[in-house]
Amino acid sequence: MTATRRATDTLVIVAVLLAAWQILHRIAGETALPAPLATLSYLLHMVPTERFAENAVATIEAFSFALLLAYALGLAIGVWMGAHRLSGAVGEPILVAIYSLPKIVLYPVVLLIFGLGISGKVVFGALHGILPVALLTMGAIRAIPPVYLRSAHTLRLTPWQTISTVLIPAALPEVFTGLRIGFTVTLLGVLLGEMFASRQGLGSMIMSDMQLAQSEDMVTVTIILFAFAAIANAVLLWIERRLHRRV
Amino acid sequence: MTDAAVPRDVHARLRGVTRTYPGAGNQPPVHALGPIDLDLSKGEFFAVVGPSGCGKSTFLEVLAGLQRPSAGTVTFEGKPILGEVADGIGVVFQEDASFPWLTVWDNAAFGLRRSGIAEAEVRRRVEDALAFMGLKDFTRAYPSQLSGGMRQRVCIARTLVLQPRLILLDEPFGALDAQTRLLMGDEVLRLWRSTGATVLLITHALDEAAMLADRVGAMSARPGRFIEVIETGWPRERDSSIVAEAAFGEITGRLWERLRGESLKALGASRLATAAAD
Amino acid sequence: MRHVGLIRIAVIAALIGALEFACQSSLISRRTIVPPSEMATTLYKILVSGAINADIARTLGVIVVVIVFSIVLGFALGVLIHALPRVREALDPLFATYYAVPVFIFYPVLIAIFGLSIFPIVVIGVATAVVAMIIATLNGLDRVPRVLTKVARVHRLGRVATALTLQLPAAAPYLFTGVKLSVSYGFIAVIAAEFILSPAGLGRDIADAYADFNNRRMYALILFLLIVATIVNAALHAFDMRWAARRSGGRL
Repeated sequence: MTATRRATDTLVIVAVLLAAWQILHRIAGETALPAPLATLSYLLHMVPTERFAENAVATIEAFSFALLLAYALGLAIGVWMGAHRLSGAVGEPILVAIYSLPKIVLYPVVLLIFGLGISGKVVFGALHGILPVALLTMGAIRAIPPVYLRSAHTLRLTPWQTISTVLIPAALPEVFTGLRIGFTVTLLGVLLGEMFASRQGLGSMIMSDMQLAQSEDMVTVTIILFAFAAIANAVLLWIERRLHRRV
Repeated sequence: MTDAAVPRDVHARLRGVTRTYPGAGNQPPVHALGPIDLDLSKGEFFAVVGPSGCGKSTFLEVLAGLQRPSAGTVTFEGKPILGEVADGIGVVFQEDASFPWLTVWDNAAFGLRRSGIAEAEVRRRVEDALAFMGLKDFTRAYPSQLSGGMRQRVCIARTLVLQPRLILLDEPFGALDAQTRLLMGDEVLRLWRSTGATVLLITHALDEAAMLADRVGAMSARPGRFIEVIETGWPRERDSSIVAEAAFGEITGRLWERLRGESLKALGASRLATAAAD
Repeated sequence: MRHVGLIRIAVIAALIGALEFACQSSLISRRTIVPPSEMATTLYKILVSGAINADIARTLGVIVVVIVFSIVLGFALGVLIHALPRVREALDPLFATYYAVPVFIFYPVLIAIFGLSIFPIVVIGVATAVVAMIIATLNGLDRVPRVLTKVARVHRLGRVATALTLQLPAAAPYLFTGVKLSVSYGFIAVIAAEFILSPAGLGRDIADAYADFNNRRMYALILFLLIVATIVNAALHAFDMRWAARRSGGRL
């Protein structure tokens, strides 16, 4: 009973947001902000087009590479800093400090080093994602109760068995949180990179739409990106909750 | 035993008090307490013992005015208590209620500062209370720097400065180890004698109740009712050394005799509850 | 473990030293990275000349406006929503997803609606930071131990006195976390907006320097922003540590 009430309450909020959009459309005008329904119908026409597909593929490509890089490096750094006390103590404040910096100012540096092609976007996106993955992995490993290791010793497990059957399951929920947050920030990093200096990808598509006053296109792509991020996050969150429940 | 000397004026009175909580969702309402009939004499030390979940804390909160009874009346010094804490009642809670952002001194002075008493009087009372509770050397410390027992003493000091006539203590020593509890028991007795207040102590520890109180009310499993009120007959000038006396063993034994069955009931009820939740 | 701090300084110094060496010895070309020493001297010259004072004032001014607005608005909304449990439950999915979506990509839409001015920057800055403050406020109010409200009633405090003397101080550590996040997010959003598209500001300056192949100037300005951001965050962090030690002491 309360679950349905909660669902309807949330639908009410969504309806309020859509109404606000409609009102803002009336105030701002057609060229600035299209109406919700118009956007929906545009979406259905636009998605199958070649232009959208090309840009979407470019973004997905860059994002996938960036994510893999962020995960691989982030996990490696996180495991090392978690297991090696001194490195963790020395490195953690450095990582935390970088996390709070406006990394966008480093984008030109990345471009100068890696060039204007896809590598720049991949590195920039990965730069964003490494930090939460590393920090949360480090935290997860530090949080493993020492008594688990003692138990593994008394059970005479081999190092590999200790890692695979005790340490990984114990650390997994928090590590997964890092992966989920890493997903979000890596996506943002890639899109930022496309918005600034790229001729390909959904981020740059939004920017060129804005310059050409194609607001329908722009708003539609924005909505699609929002929906993608929200759905992906919901899926990852669902997995994360199930992992937490086991521990 | 020797001179019990418990004054007979009624300080607080409960008649037919019950407390029922509405059930969550589709559950039936929970009858947590009562009916309770009790007269607290002025200046006496009354302890309530019972199994977990029997309603002891509810009883204390109803008496304090923090909760309204679902039925029955509560009067304090002749006046009814109606969902508001009356002047002259002090409460020390089970959880640590010291304010982490204030020093020990400011914690103790907290209630006084709001009652418009002159600053000189505030200082005098706070100094006395903190000295009485053995916190004289810690006035500028923060609660996070103190042990659990000392934080409870800060809470007691905060209550003392208001010079309450009725002091309610809800399992204040629950989180402390056994030896510290005995020492804190001596402190409470000292406090009781020097303030002349009426003291009601809630505890799950039978020996603590038997040692500290003039009268011990044994409460049944939920819904909590007094199945017996035992008079200990201790002299007013008592301390923890009475645990050596034979009478102490008898009283504790009798309490356990009455409460053993109730504790089993409470244990069974909690087992059923966890089984139903799975 | 104070020598950890020293090791950290040594590591950072070593990295900067290595970079300096690599640049000076042309292992890394000046067209890619400029030696740190030159970054510093160029920055010094620029600052002394007063050429970017207007931009510094503008950028930092916008950031301050965004932060203050986000904190005040976020706190007020947090208090309001906390008092309306049903509204809070309905908004919960929204809050949970808010920082999962790249809110910043709404910036071009804002430019389309409001034109290229300071306004879209302020809006995107507040939009990014305010929800963190709301969530932190909700959290803080949740975490006021229930026993404290009972103590308030034992002392017979009215609602306003309870809120001011008990709930606010008790929630303060969490509120401060919200402040830290708002500062951080506000900074990031404003700089990113200036960078991508803005009529003026330090972010715009860096983008221009990049486009003009003026590496020295670009790195000097990047260095400036990094230093400012690091100092501000470090100050907040130090403040937080002082508070946290006094408050939590193992009771959370």
